[in-house]
Amino acid sequence: MSTSTNIKTIMKRELSGYFTSPIAYVFLVIFLLLTGFFTFTIGNFFERGEASLVSFFTWHPWLYLFLVPAVGMRLWSEERRLGTMELLLTMPITSWQAIVGKFLASWLFLALALALTFPVVITVNYFGAPDNGLIVAGYFGSLMLAGSYLAVSCMTSALTRNQVISFILSVMICLFLILAGYTPVTELLSRFASPVVVDVVAAFSVMTHFEGFQRGVLDTRDVVFFVSVIGFMLFTTGVIIRNQRAG
Amino acid sequence: MINVEHLVKAFGPKLAVNDVSFSVERGEVLGFLGPNGAGKSTTMRMITGYYPPTSGRITVGGHDMVEAPIAAKRLIGYLPENAPGYADMTVNGFLNFCAELRGLQGDARRRAVHHAVDLCFLESVLYQSIDTLSKGYKHRTCLAQSLIHDPDVLILDEPTDGLDPNQKHEVRGLIKRLGESKVVIFSTHILEEVEAACSRVIIIDRGRIVANGTPAELKARSPEGRLEDVFRAITLPDTVKAEAHA
Repeated sequence: MSTSTNIKTIMKRELSGYFTSPIAYVFLVIFLLLTGFFTFTIGNFFERGEASLVSFFTWHPWLYLFLVPAVGMRLWSEERRLGTMELLLTMPITSWQAIVGKFLASWLFLALALALTFPVVITVNYFGAPDNGLIVAGYFGSLMLAGSYLAVSCMTSALTRNQVISFILSVMICLFLILAGYTPVTELLSRFASPVVVDVVAAFSVMTHFEGFQRGVLDTRDVVFFVSVIGFMLFTTGVIIRNQRAG
Repeated sequence: MINVEHLVKAFGPKLAVNDVSFSVERGEVLGFLGPNGAGKSTTMRMITGYYPPTSGRITVGGHDMVEAPIAAKRLIGYLPENAPGYADMTVNGFLNFCAELRGLQGDARRRAVHHAVDLCFLESVLYQSIDTLSKGYKHRTCLAQSLIHDPDVLILDEPTDGLDPNQKHEVRGLIKRLGESKVVIFSTHILEEVEAACSRVIIIDRGRIVANGTPAELKARSPEGRLEDVFRAITLPDTVKAEAHA
């Protein structure tokens, strides 16, 4: 049987798993409430008086910090807890197909949540004439950011059968990915480190690469960064899953 | 059909399976007997491709489990210990998912699911979610999953665990029937089960094969002709020794 059929089968199961439990609905409601709250209340969307979604996208790295690990924490830890991992990995599929299928399902779910924020796009277009190319780039960057966090959660969920541990580990790693390029941190760092070191550390941060998309710049380097984070984390997930069985 | 040569599995310094070799042909029902922690499940997990062996070789239908895992896994139906299942899925959804992973599509899939449901008497719980099932039904759901693609090889880890006496009787009958045309390996620590369903018995203790023969041959080793005496005679002294050391 072909790789894509296997991945699709795994994806379908994983995605329907979100919707047969309350997780999906709770997540969607909280995600939409929080994005609205951050954009309009804390981000002063109306007071800014500009036709852009800056106040919307600025908060995504922080919002995702807690929400994406909440989606990803169960990916493999649940399989281990239920013992279904043994069932899944003795099926005639490769572990890569299972890892990619599960990851894509969760990513698709996050994409759905992101798509449901469309009212802000309508709002900003109603009140002014924003650069919609910039908004598309912003959404694309946001989706890449969510994918990177999700790949981190996928990796931490393979480490443990305990979802709480998986969640906390994943938040810590994602926080590092933010802080390495967060302006207050880079300023602090530049006081006692050479600019080269500061740049190298900042290059590992999702912030540095996320900001490019917000300015409407689709830089290949930024895309490559996010794709490599996802690739690396999924690869690590595969290694962890194999090593656990190797004893 | 299944060839196992010098199989070793180490977890850290501990040898869970230590130099196990045997082969099983079509038409045989092989019973794995042994005390708890003897290495029965570990051996089965290696044969089904879940654990990679530390050393040794496994071939299933001529396919090497390490070099050609997909081809080997296709031939196997596996019921893991404790019969796991996705809690949030219905029995129907779960069986369809497993059938799809086995490469069954459309009509063939529907027929396979229907057949497995019939074999395991799951009709009445078909649209119930797995976490609401009683232990017996949950067990049979997972058993149905292992039969869904009509595999040549069935590996069942404690297939009658948690079943009531009627269900146990049915499952033993099923194993015996399936064993006429397939290879069945199942583990148990219920001795009467071995006599009821197996054509051959392997007794494993502390990772090693300590006896291999037909139930009749093994029984002949005891003056009273009871399998239980043989089992105790082979495995008990070792266990006692192990405890004395520890």
